[in-house]
Amino acid sequence: MIQAILVFNNHGKPRLVRFYQHFVFVETLDKCFENVCELDLIFHMDKVHYILQEVVMGGMVLETNMNEIVAQIEAQNRLEKSEGGLSAAPARAVSAVKNINLPEIPRNINIGDLNIKVPNLSQFV
Amino acid sequence: MALKMVKGSIDRMFDKNLQDLVRGIRNHKEDEAKYISQCIDEIKQELKQDNIAVKANAVCKLTYLQMLGYDISWAAFNIIEVMSASKFTFKRIGYLAASQSFHEGTDVIMLTTNQIRKDLSSPSQYDTGVALTGLSCFVTPDLARDLANDIMTLMSHTKPYIRKKAVLIMYKVFLKYPESLRPAFPRLKEKLEDPDPGVQSAAVNVICELARRNPKNYLSLAPLFFKLMTSSTNNWVLIKIIKLFGALTPLEPRLGKKLIEPLTNLIHSTSAMSLLYECVNTVIAVLISLSSGMPNHSASIQLCVQKLRILIEDSDQNLKYLGLLAMSKILKTHPKSVQSHKDLILQCLDDKDESIRLRALDLLYGMVSKKNLMEIVKKLMTHVDKAEGTTYRDELLTKIIDICSQSNYQHITNFEWYISILVELTRLEGTRHGHLIAAQMLDVAIRVKAIRKFAVSQMSTLLDNAHLVASSTQRNGICEVLYAATWICGEFSEHLQEPQHTLEAMLRPKVTTLPGHIQAVYVQNVVKLYASILQQKEQAAETEAAQAVTQLMIDRLPQFVQSADLEVQERASCILQLVKHVQKLQAKAVPVAEEVSALFAGELNPVAPKAQKKVPVPEGLDLDAWINEPLSDSESEDEKPKAMFHEEEQRQAKHRLPEVDEEELARRREARKQEQANNPFYIKSSPSPQKRYQDSPGVEHIPVVQIDLSVPLKVPGLPLSDQYVRLEEERRHRQRLEKDKRRKKRRDKEKKGKRRHGSLPTESDEDIAPAQQVDIVTEEMPENALPSDEDDKDPNDPYRALDIDLDKPLADSEKLPVQKHRNAENSKSPEKEDVPVVEKKSKKPKKKEKKHKEKEREKEKKKEKERKGEDLDFWLSTTPPPAPRAPHPGSLQDTLSVNTHTDTAPKDEVVEPRREAQDEEDEDQDQEKKPSKHKKKHKKEKEERPKDKKRSRKKLLGSEEAPGEPVQNGALEEGPLPPMSSYSLLAENSYIKMTYGIQGSLQDSQVTVSIILENLSGSVLKSMELSVLDSLNTRMARPEGSSVHDGVPVPFQLPPGVSNEAQFVFTVQSIVMAQKLKGTLSFIAKDDEGATHEKLDFKLHFSCSSYLTTTPCYSDAFAKLLESGDLSMSSIRVDGISMSFQNLLTKICFHHHFSVVERVDSCASMYSRSIQGHHICLLVKKGENSVSVDGKCSDATLLSNVLEEMKATLATC
Repeated sequence: MIQAILVFNNHGKPRLVRFYQHFVFVETLDKCFENVCELDLIFHMDKVHYILQEVVMGGMVLETNMNEIVAQIEAQNRLEKSEGGLSAAPARAVSAVKNINLPEIPRNINIGDLNIKVPNLSQFV
Repeated sequence: MALKMVKGSIDRMFDKNLQDLVRGIRNHKEDEAKYISQCIDEIKQELKQDNIAVKANAVCKLTYLQMLGYDISWAAFNIIEVMSASKFTFKRIGYLAASQSFHEGTDVIMLTTNQIRKDLSSPSQYDTGVALTGLSCFVTPDLARDLANDIMTLMSHTKPYIRKKAVLIMYKVFLKYPESLRPAFPRLKEKLEDPDPGVQSAAVNVICELARRNPKNYLSLAPLFFKLMTSSTNNWVLIKIIKLFGALTPLEPRLGKKLIEPLTNLIHSTSAMSLLYECVNTVIAVLISLSSGMPNHSASIQLCVQKLRILIEDSDQNLKYLGLLAMSKILKTHPKSVQSHKDLILQCLDDKDESIRLRALDLLYGMVSKKNLMEIVKKLMTHVDKAEGTTYRDELLTKIIDICSQSNYQHITNFEWYISILVELTRLEGTRHGHLIAAQMLDVAIRVKAIRKFAVSQMSTLLDNAHLVASSTQRNGICEVLYAATWICGEFSEHLQEPQHTLEAMLRPKVTTLPGHIQAVYVQNVVKLYASILQQKEQAAETEAAQAVTQLMIDRLPQFVQSADLEVQERASCILQLVKHVQKLQAKAVPVAEEVSALFAGELNPVAPKAQKKVPVPEGLDLDAWINEPLSDSESEDEKPKAMFHEEEQRQAKHRLPEVDEEELARRREARKQEQANNPFYIKSSPSPQKRYQDSPGVEHIPVVQIDLSVPLKVPGLPLSDQYVRLEEERRHRQRLEKDKRRKKRRDKEKKGKRRHGSLPTESDEDIAPAQQVDIVTEEMPENALPSDEDDKDPNDPYRALDIDLDKPLADSEKLPVQKHRNAENSKSPEKEDVPVVEKKSKKPKKKEKKHKEKEREKEKKKEKERKGEDLDFWLSTTPPPAPRAPHPGSLQDTLSVNTHTDTAPKDEVVEPRREAQDEEDEDQDQEKKPSKHKKKHKKEKEERPKDKKRSRKKLLGSEEAPGEPVQNGALEEGPLPPMSSYSLLAENSYIKMTYGIQGSLQDSQVTVSIILENLSGSVLKSMELSVLDSLNTRMARPEGSSVHDGVPVPFQLPPGVSNEAQFVFTVQSIVMAQKLKGTLSFIAKDDEGATHEKLDFKLHFSCSSYLTTTPCYSDAFAKLLESGDLSMSSIRVDGISMSFQNLLTKICFHHHFSVVERVDSCASMYSRSIQGHHICLLVKKGENSVSVDGKCSDATLLSNVLEEMKATLATC
């Protein structure tokens, strides 16, 4: 029974993975996040959980075939996207904006005669 | 509306999402707590809003905070709200939060039952999946009980994704609700052979997890697992199976023989270290379980050791550790094969990882021999010097001592060397194990006479340098060695070179800084030393020197008299007075040495620690009886043994024979031992006799323990000469024995003692225990195997409840309606047909007997077990008969029975009747079972009417005893109904039989049709496809992209005699009328001769009742509903009812999906709800022979149709 999973960052060589070569959690994370790094895990705790839930369920190994796991996760993501539809679009836009490094955006944008004042979005941060 | 939505989503823009929260927390490192409490306030605001998206976002953030350790139990209800969202996105968030934060104590968890049930039957596989995943984390006994059936249905879902999750979660359900194990087990077992590898792996996982705890119940699955092991390529599955076999082999040694070969192959072929390790582990378990006598043992052991060497040589610390761990298991049974890898183990001592060094140390313990002991200890000593950290150094120290002293110093050939090692060890700073070294010094010095001289010289040096030892901080334990050193110098003072010098060393003022108990020993031994010096001086007539010594004593002793320690003070003042007295006598030139020495006359001899226990109580001696009249409490302890001895001797004297035989001798020896044991001056067991011979040649007084003259001599009133004669005889006898080889010695003793079979070869004479058995359970079981004895189990062990005999047929009371039904279906495989035919059945074993003669020679118990296994298969016939059966009688049993060939013939006769008895029993059981099944079947056919074609979700409510719903269907009365089935025949031809049940789902007006397909032919049925002609009202849900005319493939194949269940979802527009849909099942039947394409037409009947779902309703809500008045009414009346009211209600509940709201005498109100939300209320009244049903419903047509259907049902009652 698996009670917890420790993900070591041991210079890219998690110890557990070496023993349980067929235990594919880290590799799956890598695939789903495209080169996973610890920040991915910190900021997307929920997604990590969803991935883990496809690998381990209630402390028992559910699936060891990485392709299967990735396929299921992608299918669920697609489902989530399709559900989001129109109403989710603004939220996505906002979160995209929030993820931009705000201080680097110029406060005022001048294009010819147009003068656009960029709202101060840093309050969200 | 649209505006509101847009506004809602604009609002959302201003809420923090999870990423914002994480970022915020990272940006507020200094005032994190404050920031989080502010966030929690915001979250609380968000949770108050109606917008589910906002709520979900809030719950998502809470999940993160929960991970950080904040309590979010206050939001449990909100989590449930989010769980019940219709969108997958939110549902998933809710279930994640629930899985993270819900536990058994969460009170709102009971509110989730219906929500989860709804999600489980959702048409979207991901809704179901997410519910299963969540449930696996927070399942409670209540949830497990209420949902067990739903989950069991999902085990046969069309989607492997759902199947595997359902299979896996069953383990959690079993843990919480053990009663579900037996009904669910057949289906679980079936999943071991699921076409989808994921499902298969899940089933293996669950069964292995179950079997690991209670292996004996799963022995009958061994052939199946064996087949999986040889065929599977999934390493995870392999590991699980191999571990399971590791647990099974101790229970069934013959299994081991079968396993060795495939395991060896795996060891050779696999590249996965984990698999390799597990294989090696199981091979070790197998070899342990097998009695020696397998010729190819050594080959397997060699292979294991070689592979372990590879593990140990690996750079990965984890592998190294595991390798060493497994090696130590081999060491226990096959020390020789490990010893050849001594170099490797010694290398591991240099490892930087402490845990690996400790493992290596453990191994070394078993690897030493006379030859290599010194070398190994030398190596260890260098490590002691190098070792950093006292823990490891202490560990090294204890290991050195353990290694040297093991089995009575068996491996030590030179005790001088050992003493010097001990002295070297005293130089260790800061060790806690001073007392260990001290104990060793004492032990060796006392037990090895020849070494005393050397020991004393070493100890005096040690005392001389006591400041070195004592100078290191007061609290360290190493000064304990001074205790030993002082005692040895005092006790064996005659060996001292310069006693005066040592005496001075012992009287140094520094000594008073030592702990009290050591000072006390100092004081006592100073006197011993003083006595011996005095004697020397007087013999040499150096009166002045003698007086000088006395003066020295008088000068130095007062420092002890002032000691704060009572013991020291008391002894010192006594002795000071004594010495002062001596001084007076000396002044008068009276020789005192003799008298002072007399204080310490006699020698102390070691006695085995358990000697007393080992002595059997002589016949006729009642130790509890008073020997004399009760004595006062003040009676001193050592009077008793004397009295006992006295008594004993007298008794012997009466019975004395002219010639003293061996038994008599042994008894007397034991009597003496007993006395020694009672003598407080005896300390320890003696070293192994051989050793003492080497070390003390020519010493007259040889084996100290067995022959002790001093005590018997002191016994008053006995003829001494007799004692001498006896002792002399005995001693000679002993000598003879000891010169013999050890084994012979043991045999000899068995003759005398007759109770010494179990003693190990390494045991010394004193340690021989009465009939010790090697305890396989605790010592030789593999890692995870629990002993199967009940008393060894922890009563709180959650797995204990799962120790259920799975081979026993299910009793009716155990079956949950749906399972029962399935079993009935299954039982109709061709094999089953001959069950009722008694002759056929009883012939069967005979045929087998002819075929497999060896089998009969197996032990009867084994046979029963095997038969049980067969019965299980037979009874269930859930597995395709040819495949899994093949290993059963053929390969496994045959090979297993090879070693039993030599059994004698009479056994057959014993076995035979037993076997028949067993058969009869089976038949009885079968007959008992059979009628009920038939009944069921008949009933099913009889009831082939529209009304009955529903499948109740509330199966529990049916014929079972009290399920957990608060509103009970009056299940209080006894008189259970015959089992009911909601499945009815759909179509049948010579190839296949289809039965189906319909289940409504509250979502999107959908119903799920479960069709059980049963192969009646001898061919394999494959490429099954179900096509249904949709009506305007009812459509079949098809995979995306397929057209209306496409069929839906059935996701499995059917080998002959097998049945399986497929589920199809239909969407319904209007539910007020019953409907019929035409459809066709097409399939390819393939047998040896070829394949044919076949079709079977059918008509699916959707009754109105199948659109109803059992929904509990409380009486107040029910009353309100009736009062609301917008319900139309209708009623029916059926005459000629003989069934009890209770059973009647149960029937309505089961077939029409109602639940009982309230019941008063022969009147009950019932409620149900359609999948489109119509409420249906019923009032059922029972008259003499009639029943009237009044119904109210929001839709009149629906009501009248339902009532019509109900009428038909009741008419059959």
